[in-house]
Amino acid sequence: MHPAFSVILFTVISGAGYGLFILLAAFHLAGIGPAMSHGELLAHGLVSLGMITLGLMLSTGHLANKKNAWRSFMRFKTSWLSREAVFAVLFYPFAGIYGLGVLLQGSAIGPLPAMAGAIAAVLAVITLFSTGMIYGCLKTIRQWNTALTPANYIMLGIATGTTLFAAIAAVFGNATTLHAGVAIVALLAAALLKGIYYFWISRVNGPTINTATTFNRATVRLLDTGHTAGTFLTDEFGYDPRKDTIDNIKMGVFLLGFIAPVLVFGSILSGAPAGIAWLAAVSSLVGIGMERWLFFAEAKHVVRLYHGAQTCTDSLAEPSRVGPEVAADARRGDAPRAELGDTPGGSGS
Amino acid sequence: MRLGLVIDMDTCVGCHACAVACKQWNTSGTTGALTDYRPYGEDPSGVWFNRIRHYEVGDYPNNKTVNIPMSCMHCQHADCVNVCPTGASYKRPEDGIVLVDQDKCMGCNYCAWACPYGARELDREDGVMKKCTLCVDRIYDEQLPPEERQPACVITCPAHARFFGDFDDQDSEVSRLVRERGGVKQMPELGYKPVNTYLPPRITRPIPTDDVRANKLVTSVKDWVNKMVAR
Repeated sequence: MHPAFSVILFTVISGAGYGLFILLAAFHLAGIGPAMSHGELLAHGLVSLGMITLGLMLSTGHLANKKNAWRSFMRFKTSWLSREAVFAVLFYPFAGIYGLGVLLQGSAIGPLPAMAGAIAAVLAVITLFSTGMIYGCLKTIRQWNTALTPANYIMLGIATGTTLFAAIAAVFGNATTLHAGVAIVALLAAALLKGIYYFWISRVNGPTINTATTFNRATVRLLDTGHTAGTFLTDEFGYDPRKDTIDNIKMGVFLLGFIAPVLVFGSILSGAPAGIAWLAAVSSLVGIGMERWLFFAEAKHVVRLYHGAQTCTDSLAEPSRVGPEVAADARRGDAPRAELGDTPGGSGS
Repeated sequence: MRLGLVIDMDTCVGCHACAVACKQWNTSGTTGALTDYRPYGEDPSGVWFNRIRHYEVGDYPNNKTVNIPMSCMHCQHADCVNVCPTGASYKRPEDGIVLVDQDKCMGCNYCAWACPYGARELDREDGVMKKCTLCVDRIYDEQLPPEERQPACVITCPAHARFFGDFDDQDSEVSRLVRERGGVKQMPELGYKPVNTYLPPRITRPIPTDDVRANKLVTSVKDWVNKMVAR
């Protein structure tokens, strides 16, 4: 898949924003950790809402016809993209009531704003889930068509949120070992899930050029795509990063996204100033940005099978896997001609 | 009704006439222009509803060139319609044709991601998704003589490799062809239930060619004449 820059920025930035809000609601409403001052609560809330809003605005960047963007709320019944839009907007009034409660009443808010905050946190999780399901529900992209996809979106949002939560708490001198500990646990959990995802997609299988062309009992090779220049399909789905590029970016994902932030929080736990949590926040956001690029770049749409890919994991740039052994078969020349058809009895008129 | 196409991979010669006829009809049809990008440039590209690709099936010497024209399959389980957030994509209940309402489309590409057959193409000029309409502006047109109320690609096919009809009608030509020739669907494992059906190449006995060029007087004369004519 061609990685759309606006979608990468949107999912990373608003994902972190939702994660930050979930952390804020959990710490504040459940009374976990130290009591937060009025200013700190507002800072957490404003940063998270700012990031969510910025992300949602960026998300319209990849639309070819922006004036119809409002229509994306219309198909809640069937479309995960529509559901994401609805939940993302539904989040605002609840977050707003909670924010108003904090603004007027400070840390000790009444039951109504507290309830609204809890509902907003749940909606934040549901929105992250919907974002993941936009990709996870597509049967055409085997790398995405797994429960790991929404799990990753939720966990990566929460992990980046924890780094921001600790960093903002540090500004108010309120960061505790609990902040660093929660961040480490969330980052490790997210890294583990992402690791399982990378393991899984290296073994994924599905349609092949045989099922795509209906010739299930013979070798099929592309002779000609029928066009001389690129098409919408090759532009959108023909993206083929080099193997070493993928490996380097993947290294960056783990180093910047998970290892460096965990080391930062580890050193905070062993006495370093809490302010360096900002390093972890920036590092994890950059690392997860790379993760999101890779998420698109590694996804291979099945329409590539019609453009010469042999399997749904094949790179188009790589030489076709039908090589020497096919030549050997050809020399033997014993493949019966009846193998051409998929179904028997094709007598016809 | 379940309207769709039957495409005969045995007789298709891969001439692209169906794609050209499609482009000609639909660029001035109800779904607006099929925009061309850089039409006179070095790498002309553009929007097409129908594309033909060419494959080698089997291994030499038991191999064969197969041409596969592909347009919208008007799937029974059309995920492109389900994923569309705006409601621009819809499947007509009366005949199963999948269409895009261009006044509602926001150009997010999501339906193209959901389509395994590459049937949908974004028009970058208009900013909306475009796709095969099964010539909906033609097949119901009572101004046309009945034999012309068919998709442009079907009428134009010089090899008569394309057939249009109702798959729900067991007596229609398309149903009969699918039955008799063992029609097959592309990527059935994804569960989209495409309506368009492909007829596999007929099983033919290989024609021996080893003895054809025996050095007879007649062939020698023929060869000589052919050479002279070519000059």
